[in-house]
Amino acid sequence: MAIQHGSQRLVVGAHFGLRDWLVQRVTAVLMLVFTLLLLAQVLFTAGPIGYDKWAGIFAQQWMKVLTFVVIVSLAWHAWVGMRDVWMDYIKPVGTRLVAHVLTIVWLVGCAGWAVQVLWRL
Amino acid sequence: MRLLDALQYPLPIGGIVSILHRASGVMMAVLLPLIIWLFDTSVTSEISFDRFASAFTAGIGFVPGILVKLVVLGLIWAYLHHAMAGVRHLWMDATHQVTKEFGRSSAIATAVASIGLTVVLGAKLFGLY
Repeated sequence: MAIQHGSQRLVVGAHFGLRDWLVQRVTAVLMLVFTLLLLAQVLFTAGPIGYDKWAGIFAQQWMKVLTFVVIVSLAWHAWVGMRDVWMDYIKPVGTRLVAHVLTIVWLVGCAGWAVQVLWRL
Repeated sequence: MRLLDALQYPLPIGGIVSILHRASGVMMAVLLPLIIWLFDTSVTSEISFDRFASAFTAGIGFVPGILVKLVVLGLIWAYLHHAMAGVRHLWMDATHQVTKEFGRSSAIATAVASIGLTVVLGAKLFGLY
């Protein structure tokens, strides 16, 4: 049972900031792993890379799954980052809410487009 | 302190790397549609791949090719700087390396490595080798 200290709000238990902090780092590591694996495949491909070889990298099932995870990671990571930026520079609650909503629409829309591209390969 | 007074203090290199980490992140978030467009056209079909390739020479719509190249160069730098500054943070989180000296030397390493790699990849992008 959580203890309420006076009229102050409960400062632990709801993961204030900790989850976002952790999400930003976990998604960052996933994107780094993706970057290195993609780079390795590009570097270890013999000869010049045209359409076939490039699209072939993303056509493998494991690469599709990894790329999907990275698209979701990127959107989540960018959400945490953009939210930090808005919280630092926009103080009026209404304006900040509008910025948050537009950011979510922007990131979810972009993620949807990227998944659509990936899915039809 | 007024902002004008604060500006009298030179920003340390760690501060410069930090604000550029933020700026590069915002830049990539704003240009996300361009990044996805490049991904889309490069993997969808041979025809779209030609459109992808010609974006760097003939341009995209009314945007000239040289501007596409410059923006992509900016994105290359943004990605490298953001990733390396991020690794610096992860390193500090993991090792508790938070001395003043390490802050300074790692910030210099981050800036030098990201700019250096940007120059190398940028030379490739502009066909210098």
